[in-house]
Amino acid sequence: MTAEELDQIAEEERESTRKCRHRLHVCMAAGCLSLHSDQVKSSLEAQIKASGLEGECRVKGVGCMGLCSAGPLVSVSSQDVTYQDVAPEDAPEIVQGLQAGKPVERLRCPTDVPFFTRQKKIVLENCGAIDPERIEEYIAAEGYAALHKALTTMTGAQTIEQVSRSGLRGRGGAGYPTGLKWGMVAKASGAAKYVICNADEGDPGAFMDRSVLESDPHRVLEGMAIAAYAVGASQGYIYVRAEYPLAVKRLKTAIRQAERLGVLGSSIFGTPLNFKIDIRLGAGAFVCGEETALIASVEGLRGQPRPRPPFPAEAGLWGAPTLINNVETFANIAPIIRNGGDWYAAIGTAKSKGTKTFALAGKINNTGLIEVPMGITLRDIIYDIGGGIPDGKKFKAVQTGGPSGGCIPEQFLDMPVDYDSLSKVGSIMGSGGMIIMDETSSMVDVARFFMEFCMFESCGKCVPCRVGTVHMHDLLRKIIERKATARDMALLEELCDMVKCTSLCGLGQSAPNPVLTTLRYFRHEYDELLVQDDDAAGAKGVAQGAKETVP
Amino acid sequence: MNASVPVVTLKIDGKDVSGRADETILDLARENNIHVPTLCFLEGLSGWGACRLCLVEVKGVNKLLPACVTRVAEGMEVSTASDRLQKYRRMIVQLLFSERNHVCSVCVSNGHCELQNLAVKLQITHIDIPYRYPTLPFDSSNDLFRLDHNRCILCTRCVRVCDEIEGAHTWDVSGRGVDSRVIIDLNQPWGDSQTCTGCGKCVSICPTGALTRKGTGVAEMEKDIDFLPYLTRMRGSHR
Repeated sequence: MTAEELDQIAEEERESTRKCRHRLHVCMAAGCLSLHSDQVKSSLEAQIKASGLEGECRVKGVGCMGLCSAGPLVSVSSQDVTYQDVAPEDAPEIVQGLQAGKPVERLRCPTDVPFFTRQKKIVLENCGAIDPERIEEYIAAEGYAALHKALTTMTGAQTIEQVSRSGLRGRGGAGYPTGLKWGMVAKASGAAKYVICNADEGDPGAFMDRSVLESDPHRVLEGMAIAAYAVGASQGYIYVRAEYPLAVKRLKTAIRQAERLGVLGSSIFGTPLNFKIDIRLGAGAFVCGEETALIASVEGLRGQPRPRPPFPAEAGLWGAPTLINNVETFANIAPIIRNGGDWYAAIGTAKSKGTKTFALAGKINNTGLIEVPMGITLRDIIYDIGGGIPDGKKFKAVQTGGPSGGCIPEQFLDMPVDYDSLSKVGSIMGSGGMIIMDETSSMVDVARFFMEFCMFESCGKCVPCRVGTVHMHDLLRKIIERKATARDMALLEELCDMVKCTSLCGLGQSAPNPVLTTLRYFRHEYDELLVQDDDAAGAKGVAQGAKETVP
Repeated sequence: MNASVPVVTLKIDGKDVSGRADETILDLARENNIHVPTLCFLEGLSGWGACRLCLVEVKGVNKLLPACVTRVAEGMEVSTASDRLQKYRRMIVQLLFSERNHVCSVCVSNGHCELQNLAVKLQITHIDIPYRYPTLPFDSSNDLFRLDHNRCILCTRCVRVCDEIEGAHTWDVSGRGVDSRVIIDLNQPWGDSQTCTGCGKCVSICPTGALTRKGTGVAEMEKDIDFLPYLTRMRGSHR
């Protein structure tokens, strides 16, 4: 593969696209697919064939268009219109609309609304625009140009320099500066090095990584290959959860196509870089999103974390220096290399650069996937882009960062969304899940839900997380059942502090966060559920039971 | 041992100490008669860092670090016994007592139990946390030994000694979270195990009454863990 061949593929692809007067894009990502968008696609194809329009129309399955709540979505490029809630039976009307040059107003999805206009797409630029199962379309959208640029015009150190300049921070949750991490792995000594992509997205309500993998898998492969060049690795792994079968299928297809074209494999673009990517499937353990547990799982061991240091950058997979980044982090790399680090650094806030994808879920009108510049306010995300709370209900809180994050109340709605502001109010950026809650949600129940999640997902290695989460969950349940006293509350708070400070890995250290933030902002909801010591018939027995001496 | 490892000096609880850079904080503390409580740690086995009892404070580091696996560094200032640490340790031991059924009065290891001794040392007189009282099985199918899940604290010493010293890897852990159990082979009765050599190392190093010799009555199960440093020294490998 040479630069000319790459250009040729891109040009052929663009040419064949230009030949088609009408291009119909049908969303084939998991959300729309679950609403039978595949049937919509085949019915559109059949209708076009029946109308004799095969020559000038092309129906294309594309990735996520974002507004999942309005799916299945179909967009028609020639008419610049997007249809929502499309059923297979709507195909004749849509095709007639094509012929008549008049869009079907009944199905029109307004695209001049803030949900579409206020987003800034970098990671998702190809989502909804290209067919994720065809590498040619990715190449036509400037795909693999960044890899070519890095390999032929930049040294590894210059590549890392651009990533550092971009100010990109890890999108998996902790927000560690990506350039710094790459530099550490590049400088670490070892004959073999590895690049791992963490696609074990497990937070309840989060589907950013899934959408990227299902809609634009090549972007992740390209980011990984650039990383491999920068740090000197020749083997990569994508650790993706088995619950994402479509993402796995599209990744496998993408890897096969990339290897066939020679943009992955041996001597990529004729340079000495060899880089192979293999997929490893997660078997349903949330803790395997923690990097040391993930590495253990890739090694074939029980997915349990180990104490850090040593960090994976120093001693990771099979003891070798290992670069491990999240899907979205890798998805940002190609545009950074293509446009330069300074271009990326111009977006966002002083300490949080670029854009961030969020999965909007819960009590919000526009559920779906969005990408916004860092520094946008929560109010803009929820009320403007998200379209506010359904049924005229009142906003209560937004949960960011999944079970490791916290609930942010109304008074912080005008706070900018960046790593530091979120941690200041007790939450975290996390991987990008945003669950919106209205006035009907009980915050104690929210805390209990997340604690139950952590309890089930605790690996059982360290004592505070293994036993502490169980007791915290029991106490929260007791509070909800109106059987808890002030003493139980005190014990809950003590346990939160202890589990947070003493647990081995991030899962345990952050498990108390939902309780701590709801206590901080909604303590009255807990207090209302407490009972007095003496009028709690059951509680008295427990209080005595709790005083048992060591047998 | 590698001769090129540098020597570092640091402070543990205000005391100036020196050690090799490949030693852990726990190694140095013990060398200098500073007591740091441990349960999953055992000299001669790989570090595990799971019981969280040996957590110490290091100046300039905002997280607590496990002394058993943290290497010493020049200029470190370590504090091993602050009120906060002692409070956490007491809670962790209480969590262990509450997790399964630790009834010392009828336990064969009464008086020779590391968990019990730790509770005494940490002056734990009662458990503030509700007991869970789970229903757990035990396994007497082996001719020589007995496995009682009620007393197991999941320190995985048995797993590690069997894998690293005996080389049989009979033991492992199944399940997750609070449902984790140590298992024999592919979760078979001990008596049916094809891989167990019957060496008894796991029984000797079990800190509680989870693994015991058959025929021992209440308080009769005395254990011998001193063989391990000897074995590792004879093998010429340090951990």
